[in-house]
Amino acid sequence: MQNTSFVASFARWRRTVELSVKSLLLHPMRSGLTVLGILIGVLSVVWLLAIGEGISRASQEQIASLGAKNIIVRTVKPTGDDYDGAGYGVTRDDYVKLSSTLSTLDSAVPIREMTCEFRVGRRSLEGRLVGVTPEYQETARLKISMGRFLSDGDGLFERNHCVISAEVADRLFPTGSPIGELVQVDHEFYKVIGVCQPRSASAGIGGSIAAEDYSKDVYIALQTMWRRLGDQIIQITPGQFRRDLIQLSQVTLRVAEPKDVLPTADLVRETIAGDHPLKDYAVTVPMELLEQANTTRLMFMLLLGLIAAISLVVGGIGIMNIMLATVTERTREIGVRRALGAKRRDIVGQFLTESVVLSIVGGGLGVLGGLFCRPVAIGLRYQLERWIPEQMAAVPDLVRNVEPQVVPWSIPLSLGISVVVGVAFGVYPAIRAARLDPIEALRHD
Amino acid sequence: MTASARTPARPATAASAAVLNDGLAVSIRDLKKAYVLAGGTVHALRGVSFDVPTGDFVSIMGPSGSGKSTLLNLLGCLDRPTGGEFYLGPDNVAQMSDDELADVRASRLGFVFQSFNLLPALTVLENIELPLHYSGRLGRDSRQRCEELADKVGLGDRLDHRPMQLSGGQQQRVAIARSLVNDPWFLLADEPTGNLDTATTREILDLLTGLNEEGRTIILVTHEPEVADLTKRTVVLRDGLVVYDGHPDGSRAALDASRRKDGPNGAR
Repeated sequence: MQNTSFVASFARWRRTVELSVKSLLLHPMRSGLTVLGILIGVLSVVWLLAIGEGISRASQEQIASLGAKNIIVRTVKPTGDDYDGAGYGVTRDDYVKLSSTLSTLDSAVPIREMTCEFRVGRRSLEGRLVGVTPEYQETARLKISMGRFLSDGDGLFERNHCVISAEVADRLFPTGSPIGELVQVDHEFYKVIGVCQPRSASAGIGGSIAAEDYSKDVYIALQTMWRRLGDQIIQITPGQFRRDLIQLSQVTLRVAEPKDVLPTADLVRETIAGDHPLKDYAVTVPMELLEQANTTRLMFMLLLGLIAAISLVVGGIGIMNIMLATVTERTREIGVRRALGAKRRDIVGQFLTESVVLSIVGGGLGVLGGLFCRPVAIGLRYQLERWIPEQMAAVPDLVRNVEPQVVPWSIPLSLGISVVVGVAFGVYPAIRAARLDPIEALRHD
Repeated sequence: MTASARTPARPATAASAAVLNDGLAVSIRDLKKAYVLAGGTVHALRGVSFDVPTGDFVSIMGPSGSGKSTLLNLLGCLDRPTGGEFYLGPDNVAQMSDDELADVRASRLGFVFQSFNLLPALTVLENIELPLHYSGRLGRDSRQRCEELADKVGLGDRLDHRPMQLSGGQQQRVAIARSLVNDPWFLLADEPTGNLDTATTREILDLLTGLNEEGRTIILVTHEPEVADLTKRTVVLRDGLVVYDGHPDGSRAALDASRRKDGPNGAR
């Protein structure tokens, strides 16, 4: 008995859905436009969330590429009247002090960078010469495609060994393997012992870390750099003589435990502050940035979700509009159904089913369209760059290169919302239909 | 599942219970209906009483304003009386809730309308099947039953047609098949031939007469004496009261009388 009544009610429910689809198909244009309203609403939910996710994921990746456990102390050229033109920036003493006093550190890697011209025979290339210790490979996540990275021995014996980036290898050694070849910097020659895999540029974050392009890097041992080039950088350009005395460009401190990162960062700031009245350094903590970025991301998603929700509500109003028209138009039918024994709740069920069918069809199609977010965004970007390249060039990289990521939970969410919209905006017309007096409704033309 | 099981039985009075067992499909006692309008109260029915035994074929006549439509709405369980009793089998319909009335309409009544009132979106078969949704009798044998009924009214070959593709007479046949699908206690036909030409009127009346001969109880509301003549019994209403109840032959006099009386008074 239980089973048969279940089967019967299922059959009845199925018939209700079939009949509602049938009566919706009586006005294909009208139903289609209503579905379109919901479709656009759901599409915008899925797309806006996907674009938001894409942007925030990109920025998070960039922050994470700095290393979540890292604390970066970087030299900044001081401004203001106090600067006397002598040396500035992070010093070797700072490095020793930090690496020897902070017990929570895993490693501390000093870096010295300068802009140089690299020569091989007649070819030349302007790039960055970076003095590093062997630990740099790990903290910077450098991958070697050929040869090896610098070793402790290279630093200890101040060897003229260098590791070059993929682009430098391509430009200076277009044919043949660069390993074992010599690169000239100023008056010194350095033997290439390794080539790195290509590394994507980092974006400028938090004001203290400038956007960095690693594609034209040449790495040598820090000790070799001090020996061969010293701390002075003298740049002579027409009309300008510039002399900078810098010991270290950057110290990357890696903390062993993630929970110690923020307290250690505070200690680092305190330790350095006393020796640097000129404010010629900056401390960047990727983890702090990550936390800020997470907050920003939530705000961003909330805003986009709100915009999308508004378009869903507009779609819902479309449903309500059409259902109200339908109820008026089908007053006679409602009267007939009531005379044939339909209860008020049967009428409510019928019209509610129709509006939910509309919203579910719209929602389903919207989700399907949402899955095409990536190809559409990529195609759109291509077309925009073709037709308005100047304007596109002005768009920030983060936005221009966004790769939309469909957020998995946005699919059940938007389907659920479309059902809710169907019910919410269908209830009033349905109740109005059910409240009609059957006698009046039967008399209606 | 029977109709009486779906509708909670109300205790009938001893007198009417005795009457019931005599095979009455419908029994109304002192039925009153008043409408409260802005201009005052209109007494559409002032106390109407009659019985319809099972198997009867009753025509209800009366000039406009006589309370004919009001009685039709009450008999059709679309409305509740303001006074009196209306027994449909053992149950006093006069005191039922909206949902209970819907159940009664679904399982005990078969409606036939003047303008057919088929749903244009549905096929012939689906139109016939529609009342089964509301009586809860939709099942595996539904389709077979609907096909049998379509055959019975002579439309077995048009099951998948839409109402718009059928003539008026054919539409009314579908409507009659629809009214029979729940095996109701009586058919309530409201001017079933009002929109039909003479030849088709004849066919539909033949169909109804045939159904009555099979034992179907039919109450037919009409203003055409020719239609009423084909029934077994005529009830004439005037000013909300029964003025004649008997063989159709005698109804002419009562109708003429009511018309004469209507004349000088004007409309209602």
